[in-house]
Amino acid sequence: MAKVTTPKPKETANIDHSPPLMKGWMNTPAEIRPGIYCYGAKPKNLEAVGMPFPKEWNPEDENWKLPENWKEIIEEGFKDRLDRFRSFKLFMDICVRCGACADKCHFFIGSGDPKNMPVLRAELIRSVYRKKFTKGGKLLGQFAGARELTEDVLKEWWYYLYQCTECRRCSLFCPYGIDTAEITIIGRELTNLLGLNTDWIAGPAANCFRTGNHLGIQPHAYKDMLDFFVDEIEGLTGIRVDYSLNRKGAEILFVTPSGDVFADPGTYTAMGYLMLFHYLQSQGLDITWSTYASEGGNFGYFTSHEMAKRLNAKMYAEAKRLGVKFIMGGECGHMWRVLNQYMDTFNGPADFLEEPVSPITGTKFENAKSTKMIHLVEFTADLIKHNKLKLDPSRNDHLKVTFHDSCNTSRGMGFLEEPRYVIRNVCNNFYEMPPNTIREQTFCCGSGSGLNAGEDMELRMRGGLPRANAVKYVHEKHGVNMLANICAIDRAALPTLMQYWVPGVEVTGVHEMVANALVFEGETKRTTDLRGNPLAGMEEEEDV
Amino acid sequence: MDLAGILSLERSSLIKKWQEAVLDTYPADSRQFLKKERDKFSNPVGSILENELMSLFDAFLAGPDRDKMIVCLENILRLRAVQDFSPSQAVSFVFRLKSIVRERLHAKGLEIDTNGIEEDLRIFEKNIDELVLLAFDIYCRCRQKIYELRVHEVQNQVGRLLKRANLVCEIPDTEPDV
Repeated sequence: MAKVTTPKPKETANIDHSPPLMKGWMNTPAEIRPGIYCYGAKPKNLEAVGMPFPKEWNPEDENWKLPENWKEIIEEGFKDRLDRFRSFKLFMDICVRCGACADKCHFFIGSGDPKNMPVLRAELIRSVYRKKFTKGGKLLGQFAGARELTEDVLKEWWYYLYQCTECRRCSLFCPYGIDTAEITIIGRELTNLLGLNTDWIAGPAANCFRTGNHLGIQPHAYKDMLDFFVDEIEGLTGIRVDYSLNRKGAEILFVTPSGDVFADPGTYTAMGYLMLFHYLQSQGLDITWSTYASEGGNFGYFTSHEMAKRLNAKMYAEAKRLGVKFIMGGECGHMWRVLNQYMDTFNGPADFLEEPVSPITGTKFENAKSTKMIHLVEFTADLIKHNKLKLDPSRNDHLKVTFHDSCNTSRGMGFLEEPRYVIRNVCNNFYEMPPNTIREQTFCCGSGSGLNAGEDMELRMRGGLPRANAVKYVHEKHGVNMLANICAIDRAALPTLMQYWVPGVEVTGVHEMVANALVFEGETKRTTDLRGNPLAGMEEEEDV
Repeated sequence: MDLAGILSLERSSLIKKWQEAVLDTYPADSRQFLKKERDKFSNPVGSILENELMSLFDAFLAGPDRDKMIVCLENILRLRAVQDFSPSQAVSFVFRLKSIVRERLHAKGLEIDTNGIEEDLRIFEKNIDELVLLAFDIYCRCRQKIYELRVHEVQNQVGRLLKRANLVCEIPDTEPDV
């Protein structure tokens, strides 16, 4: 039997009885630091979509120019959401503060800031909930974990709600299934009632509402860019690809994030889409792009449910206008969370569309029976499974690839095997990162949910550390030099993360590698990949 | 025994104290996790600090080995440059090694003036001062990198657009065929 020593009275007197999480956090106001927060929303971007209380404001200023009745507005908004969202009400009540989620958040892991523990981030809101809406909280105050809503509390909410990427890694470990991302989503809605969005979110949302995409690209520029890709592809392969835009009567509408069309390295992924679609034309693929539904992403989703719905509406509207049978989406992350979990109830039922069936293989995508929208990666995986693509994976031999599961497609949708199946068929060197950093347990890029601005670079780098740390491991162990993913925000944010933590690793979409490997009839001998980098064994030919 | 002998004899306890001192610069509620979680993928901060401080200590005593020290400091400061530390807080952990060593000597009952290690200690502490300066340079490089990344992102976001909109017409990389 183990020997137990009884502590002396002097020792027991020194035991600290307060649980660590309860120690003083309530009365420690947030210090709003540059490098961590994103700039406040500009009034023009709120006015453009009719959001309340537009104003010039600086989060570092003492005065946030709040309306006089700001507290009532928040409390009414809170009550309204407790009534409307059963999940939110449950998540406010059922947490037992077991701490299972505490060390699962990439922002906590990278920063060591306790208020980034998901339990504590949620507690910032729960404490106000208890004070306002529960008897115990009203009577017992801080003893029951309740506190008044003050300006300092509001600022603390804002600071930490915009330090959550809504990635849901924490919810994976919660024994009650509390989805902290939903708490963040509702919390952000509440800040939006006072005009307190960030401009990195409000700007793209306003642009998207007017022009159809986050960057405010007009139709002629969109077409111009696709034409540019066509020229580039011809230069590399000798094949002049065909594509169509806004074509009525096409069987499929293709919607992808605008980042694929306008920002490197997503542009190479977009070239991959064009090449794949052209390749399949002779096998019966009838697909059109759209300059109206020219954005897969949805920054409204980081603002409010209503804003997300408004921005999402164009997908079904365009599908109806063009008279297509179903919709196919490009490689995007949060777009898929909105499509998979919200679109049907936001803007459905899409009873004018048909259950998606691959025109090449005849495969029925029963998983999309309701939304009528499939993801390109499942479509391509199905093509490969049915041997419909002639592939030369050795054309990706200059790449040593690992795959980053994007939070939304892995945890949100369960796309775990499809992208891996495609990658394994188009390249020969694929290495997985450690198991506790991939698939359902994947670490976020640190820049999701509208946090991929420039002014919060320190936040992004610390939040991305757990992901980068796992990439570094396979980079050093296997020489991995390419980080593949199926998300446009990943393609925008991960290159910067890699340059900071793991120089020597680049970032790619999966369909860029598909296009590298895709063998066209009558193509010229390929000596480079889509980026113009020499293929393995072709280095000398390139030098000539 | 000279100071170098004492330091190598006390190596593991000095390193442990130093690691603890660095982890103590993080908020109290987070220290437990940073210290206890052993999986290096679940706890990269704790793991990087622990390993790099150990290597830094060895590199410092081995010569010092400047190249090795730079690598260790880079790994530590790349981390602290994006965490909630002021520049002085980020590098101050290097100074802590002075007091840790002095406390250890004291705890061992070694009187500095009487044991002939005063001169050794003076050189040792002078080397630590130089290590702090090296750390400060590396910290600044990390911050510089962050600003470069910001600029690079902005350029990448709008570069292609400006070209496609014919708003800029730069000199091409290669001369066109005549």
